[in-house]
Amino acid sequence: MNPLLFGILALLMIASALGVVLLHSPVRSALSLVMTLFLLAVTFLFLDAYLVAALQVVVYAGAIMVLFLFVIMLLNLQADPQGMAKVGVRFAAVLLASLFLLAAVRFFVAPAALGSGTGMGGTPPAGFGSVEAVAERLFTHSLFAFEVTSVLLLVAIIGAVVLAKRKLV
Amino acid sequence: MWIEVLIALIKASAIVGMIVGLAGMLGWVERKGSALIQDRIGANRASIFGFAGAGLINTMMADPLKFFTKEDIVPARVDRLLHTLAPCVAMFPVLATFAVIPFGDVLQVGERSINLQVAPLNIGILYVLAMAGLAVYGVVLAGWASNDRLSLLGGIRGSAQMISYEVGMGLSIVAMVMTYGTLDLQAMVRAQGHLIGGWLPAWGVLYQPLAFLIFLCAGIAESKRVPFDLPEGESELVSGYFTEYSGIKYLMFFMTDFIEIAVIAGLITTMFFGGWQVPYLMRDGFHFPGGAAVLLPQVIVAVLQIGSFMVKVFFFCWFQIMIRWTLPRLRYDTLMRLGWKGLLPAALLNILATAVIALAVQG
Repeated sequence: MNPLLFGILALLMIASALGVVLLHSPVRSALSLVMTLFLLAVTFLFLDAYLVAALQVVVYAGAIMVLFLFVIMLLNLQADPQGMAKVGVRFAAVLLASLFLLAAVRFFVAPAALGSGTGMGGTPPAGFGSVEAVAERLFTHSLFAFEVTSVLLLVAIIGAVVLAKRKLV
Repeated sequence: MWIEVLIALIKASAIVGMIVGLAGMLGWVERKGSALIQDRIGANRASIFGFAGAGLINTMMADPLKFFTKEDIVPARVDRLLHTLAPCVAMFPVLATFAVIPFGDVLQVGERSINLQVAPLNIGILYVLAMAGLAVYGVVLAGWASNDRLSLLGGIRGSAQMISYEVGMGLSIVAMVMTYGTLDLQAMVRAQGHLIGGWLPAWGVLYQPLAFLIFLCAGIAESKRVPFDLPEGESELVSGYFTEYSGIKYLMFFMTDFIEIAVIAGLITTMFFGGWQVPYLMRDGFHFPGGAAVLLPQVIVAVLQIGSFMVKVFFFCWFQIMIRWTLPRLRYDTLMRLGWKGLLPAALLNILATAVIALAVQG
């Protein structure tokens, strides 16, 4: 991937991610998150991971964020005039963000230490990121995890139905 | 290098021009169709210097001119940025969907082979679903940014309806993917070029009639037209999520409506009715079942194929317009029941049946 292109995408992504946190209107925050996810999908596209890019848009931008917006609209949330969370929440947020940053720095500075000899860069093998390649990997190497995930999802669906069907006393 | 860019540009602009032109034309077809069904003479007021004969051309010119010259009224209480952004967000994904719909076979010009498809993607059909998912944002944004109770209600109805019918639509597509064994739309069209028993074209609708009905139903619901026009519902919500729009921005929602019809027609044609395939037309000419053959040069074959695609698309556009003027609007609970208790289980059963048959055929 062209470093210049990556730089532009990364800057845009950071800007929209900051928008999620800094904007006061809930709808604008949610839209910034949509923008971030969409730009992430574009990045995947330039990294030859077409399937992941498509799934990113279908699942996150197309389904989950629409539900977010739907709930915001349904509750008619307005901009919070105070706009700042409590001190404890702020402290936890800073702590989590620092931990994440540390992990990210560790990954980028020493990719070899994580066991992937090639690290970043290099050309991907032929067929990389295509549906066939991902499916092959998914249904041979990670078959058990895949099947267990489907059971987990089924449990979640049944749970949702039970909660929705429960009579309110 | 730059000749490839040029070819891509020509393909993209040809498709966009064709779609926008088709959308303008459909505006006229819709008016004439409604007049036909309601037994009246309609859409005959637009004339240039008393020349009303070519009603199609006049209406196509008069409509955009009217919208371009109208004042763009923006109410004081709206969220200005999102209010302006919403029509663009509504139009973009719908227009972008056409990038993966193939409108012809691969052309051989000298050394170069030109694929008559703007974006030959390996994940074609997932791209369609992604764009369908993004199409919700235009509705949601318009409803929210207008800061008006009718628009908001329209936006909420629209997003709930589009999410619900996307599920059925996606699952009907899964059955098609299982039938063809590919996500690539060009490969799907090519697979429909075979003949069953030597005479019947192997179009998708013959293999998957139920998936076709589900897709058609969900597709019309996605385009938010009668009988699924609750987000607009002019007798209750004025015009729903785009109540507070006028001038060019209203025109964009209006055009999006017609482009959506064209997209649904294009997808139905591609997946269920052989895309650009003409029955018995091979690469080098017609080969009829009896053994008779008419050999044709490549240019004529290509023109016939593109023509076949356009005729099919136009037929399904017309079909959707006829449905719009035939059926009454659904009630909200019947709409949700149809989506979740009708289309969803039917699509799931269809997938199961497809899987069983595919397994049996493979042995």
